[in-house]
Amino acid sequence: MGFSRYVEVGRIVLISYGPNAGSLATVIDIVDQNKCLIDGPEEITGVSRQVIPYRRIALTDLTVKIQRNARAKQLKSAWKEGDVQAKWEGSSWAKKLEAKKKRSGLSDFDRFKVMVAKQQKSRIIAKKMKELKA
Amino acid sequence: MTVAGEMRQYQVVGRKAATDENPNPEAYRMIIFAPNPTTAKSKFWYFMRQFRKMKKTTGEILDCVELTEKNSRTVKNYGIWLRYDSRSGTHNMYREYRDLKLTGAISQLYDEMAGRHRTRPRSIQIIRTATVAPKDLKRPNGMQFAQAKVKFPLPHRVDSAKRGQKALSDRTFSTVRPTTMFN
Repeated sequence: MGFSRYVEVGRIVLISYGPNAGSLATVIDIVDQNKCLIDGPEEITGVSRQVIPYRRIALTDLTVKIQRNARAKQLKSAWKEGDVQAKWEGSSWAKKLEAKKKRSGLSDFDRFKVMVAKQQKSRIIAKKMKELKA
Repeated sequence: MTVAGEMRQYQVVGRKAATDENPNPEAYRMIIFAPNPTTAKSKFWYFMRQFRKMKKTTGEILDCVELTEKNSRTVKNYGIWLRYDSRSGTHNMYREYRDLKLTGAISQLYDEMAGRHRTRPRSIQIIRTATVAPKDLKRPNGMQFAQAKVKFPLPHRVDSAKRGQKALSDRTFSTVRPTTMFN
């Protein structure tokens, strides 16, 4: 299978390590074989312009059309035009991250409630299946 | 000289201490890369006594300020000319780095010289530095990232250690095979 995600100017990346872990950013220039220059844009994602090693980022499917070394203003308008935030939130990757976050914030009682809800759900499904088979 | 973290750039000005015979000796200015001002001043005297009949005990430092990069927002190509002592002799060398700041490129240089040639910081002397336009680059590695359109995948990645989790290579046992393809 060929590659579909590349390190390139305009690629949207997810930061996986460090103080900005979990936020999105955009590649605006490539430094060398280990590092690239990224910018949030800061107003939208909170990631300031910085050099980051590839080890700390994960490439996403999304890209925006920008020039090399784009300024924050151009980047912001490219994000709005490309509807990046909405596209990201609609992806299954983002949904999974959101679900994981929600789950880790649950208390013991919340987890119990989830268990009960799951039982009720499977009871309903089992009942329906039985009716369909009969 | 040791290199702890990022290198800094200093402008050091010094001269022979004024005496009755020579109340106004000539001052010399030097741009020095060092981790702190103390080391920068020490380096100044090291180089100065090789060029002129001057030394620290009979001289004085007039000025030592840190120089900061004006534009540290864009990536530039830096060419660095240096001289270093290997185990068997002294060599001149030219290297290129891409970085936001010259001091970043110099730090990369010290790291790489240690890795590739086992050179200690004390045996490296920076002769000259310059920013190089993409068309004037001489080394192929820097060239390929300075092109107008750069595009490459990240194949075969191994997760590094994270908080509360060891790196794959550090784990003694695992129940699952690692995923190294992320595309």
